[in-house]
Amino acid sequence: MINPHELFARNVPGSTEALQNAAVGLAGCGGLGSNVAVALARAGIGKLILADYDRVELSNLNRQHYFLSDVGKYKTEALSDHLRNINPQIKIELFIKKLAPADIITIFGQADVLIEAFDRAEAKQWLIETWSKAFPSRPIIVGNGLAGLGATESLIVRRMGHIWFCGDGFSDANIGLSAPRVGIVAMMQANVAIELLGKESHDTGQRPR
Amino acid sequence: MILVNDRDEVRFHEGITVREVLDAMGYDWALLTVTVNETFVPPEEYRAYVVPDNADFKAMHLFHGG
Repeated sequence: MINPHELFARNVPGSTEALQNAAVGLAGCGGLGSNVAVALARAGIGKLILADYDRVELSNLNRQHYFLSDVGKYKTEALSDHLRNINPQIKIELFIKKLAPADIITIFGQADVLIEAFDRAEAKQWLIETWSKAFPSRPIIVGNGLAGLGATESLIVRRMGHIWFCGDGFSDANIGLSAPRVGIVAMMQANVAIELLGKESHDTGQRPR
Repeated sequence: MILVNDRDEVRFHEGITVREVLDAMGYDWALLTVTVNETFVPPEEYRAYVVPDNADFKAMHLFHGG
């Protein structure tokens, strides 16, 4: 039996209860989505809603949180197993589905925050549009510009109303993807989500923007 | 004056639309997100959405990768 107080004993004081009462949606479980999900599970998020239609391929392992033993499995199912091995208390809803605009409200309507973790820019656009029309003030955190190598200083967070963009805002996946840059952007997305859900950044004393 | 992405300025005139601001900036990207005073503007409204004077206008080009 896992003792939740021990599991989250090193959390920032006051953050655990807020996170345990929160639900986060992840649109995509690839390089961004899988790494965001792991960070949120470790932080003690109460519920994750995972949606992805894809199976794990060998070429995913250079940046996505999967293992050789996951190859061939649906990403949502493999990721759920990993998350429960980190945090057995976490509630997970999973949808093995290629998302379309008509699905978003049904699948993610209960989420306090939506993480955009698609690969294609066209999909990022319709997801932002669909979410913004349905929930004009509910946060959506987008990964945008995470390709290439190095240039850590170019990775920043930009806020546009209820939309947060994490990344450099200019690099495109056609130049190739590396684990560190994808992972950094994923951690930025997770960090913004935790900041918003926790209402307050306890470590710095700064309020969310 | 309209402030674009916290750094550039576009001269204001009555009735100026999102599309006109984008054109003035030379933003011809197909895939982008626009907010005016922190409110999301859907692409189908770019030609009709009127931008007020002193607006905080933000546009973000979207890229592949995730």
